[in-house]
Amino acid sequence: MENIIFEARGLVKRYGQVTALDGTDFSLRAGEILAVIGDNGAGKSSLIKALSGATIPDSGDIFLDGKPVKFRSPIDARHHGIETVYQDLAVAPAMTIAENLFLGREILRPGLLAKLFRVIDHKKMLEEATQHMQGLKIGIRSMSQAVETLSGGQRQGVAVARSAAFAQHVVIMDEPTAALGVKEGNMVLDLIRRVRENGLPVIIISHNMPHVFEIADRIHIQRLGKRAAVVDPKKLSMSDTVAIMTGAMRTEDIPTEMLA
Amino acid sequence: MSNPTARSETKNWLEKLPSVSVLGPLMALLLSIAFFATQHPNFFTLTNSALITSQVMVVAVLAIGQTLIILTAGIDLSCGMVMALSTMVMTKMAVDFGLPAPLTLLLGLLVSTGFGFLNGLLITVLKLPPFIVTLGTLNIAFAIMQIYTQAQTITVSDENSILLFFKQDISFAGITIGYGAGIALTLFLFTLGSWALSNTAPGRHLYAVGNNPEAARLTGIPTQRVLLLVYTLAGFIYGIAGWLSISRYGIGNPNAGSTENLDTITAVVLGGTSLFGGRGLLIGTIIGALISGVFRSGLTLMGARAEVQILITGILVIVAVAVDQLSKGKNSR
Repeated sequence: MENIIFEARGLVKRYGQVTALDGTDFSLRAGEILAVIGDNGAGKSSLIKALSGATIPDSGDIFLDGKPVKFRSPIDARHHGIETVYQDLAVAPAMTIAENLFLGREILRPGLLAKLFRVIDHKKMLEEATQHMQGLKIGIRSMSQAVETLSGGQRQGVAVARSAAFAQHVVIMDEPTAALGVKEGNMVLDLIRRVRENGLPVIIISHNMPHVFEIADRIHIQRLGKRAAVVDPKKLSMSDTVAIMTGAMRTEDIPTEMLA
Repeated sequence: MSNPTARSETKNWLEKLPSVSVLGPLMALLLSIAFFATQHPNFFTLTNSALITSQVMVVAVLAIGQTLIILTAGIDLSCGMVMALSTMVMTKMAVDFGLPAPLTLLLGLLVSTGFGFLNGLLITVLKLPPFIVTLGTLNIAFAIMQIYTQAQTITVSDENSILLFFKQDISFAGITIGYGAGIALTLFLFTLGSWALSNTAPGRHLYAVGNNPEAARLTGIPTQRVLLLVYTLAGFIYGIAGWLSISRYGIGNPNAGSTENLDTITAVVLGGTSLFGGRGLLIGTIIGALISGVFRSGLTLMGARAEVQILITGILVIVAVAVDQLSKGKNSR
């Protein structure tokens, strides 16, 4: 087996009469970008919510580095080193870039009194924010400008940078390019590659097939609440992938060398 | 096309300003001072400036609590009444029941803090809207106060009582500023509050909760605890405002409270703080309170009727809210 660092087995999630997850499996290898695709209602958001702690599955197991884990909340998952970039809830627009990067994890000044009153070290936060954003090659001049002065792509860049800065194990990105134009979308794709180059595996949920094929090392196809297949985007064509996703091609008919 | 270098320099310069949100209010304050100074010779004098400040200080301190709450995208309609109730606890227990004033002061602060805590609990635990919760506690505080005092005004006759601490004048260089101690307390509280809001983690969390509660929650900020803390702290501040009010007027007044409620919201809004939460500065609130005070004083000196002052304040508030609404549309794109 390859080095699997994040895994789920037999996840089930029901909402009343609706079965969103019907015993789905999931696995993420070290240092890869794994795309999760699926039709509406295939259970891909439910899967991601379970993996990021946003919902608690009814049954099934999740393993991080081989050890079983149970996430009760997104905060809980974060304590385990899993950071999630949410599609549009990510930032506080009126606050500065540096503040957004460190929101909830502010760098405090040294000293007993400063710790007691939780006095923020603005200077150090600015420096570290600048350094970190440069490391990801995000070209924003001033870290003390409000996030709302940025373009959509730059805002997404701030959200991605925040996750990459604090994630110990995994970064999950929900539709990171959905609201963006072509140029900005490509900018975010480059950014995701750099996160991988820095050694973090990335799970990306996307409807954008060209983006998925451009960036993913493997593609997890979710269908009817189960994992239909995991395919190699370098071997299987986009149309065949969509065919599996919609059920036009059966899982058994996929040539084994196309699976990943 | 403009020169890009020049443009980015202008932008840098703009970013370095404390916040554009208080520039408008500050201009409005300076312009109104300039206007009234030309209308009456006694307006722009040290005595009148000190008088205006001492007239607005109670509302200004109350409005500190209101600002904190509005920054979280909440509102407090009970603040004036909670303050009034605390002044009645402080004065009646000291004057009628003969308890030591320091003790009754603490009891008054406890009552106002308790009301703030109650507001916070109802809003965070029962998830009720702040508008309705504080409308309810406004009436509860009013009723308790009327029953407790039987609508009797209490005069603090002991000149040395700690309840009158902030009525002391401050003199320096031959100039005496009436209620200097109270003015000093007001400035101190605004300075401390402004510092804490911009330089401590809880201060920044308060902005985050008002600006985007969901993002704040997802970054691990205990948003409900922040809210509970804010309403409780606001209650404590209302108690301090009550102490200041007793010092200023020498009485516990059971008819107080109703005008102060709206006066605080007026001060906050005139100070450029957004009613949508997450935007604004505490320093704007004292500017807002001073704008009201300047108009009241200036119009009085010009011999205008009291109703005209109310009319103009009303127009100012609507203008300020309209500016807030328009800039919100621009920012959210």
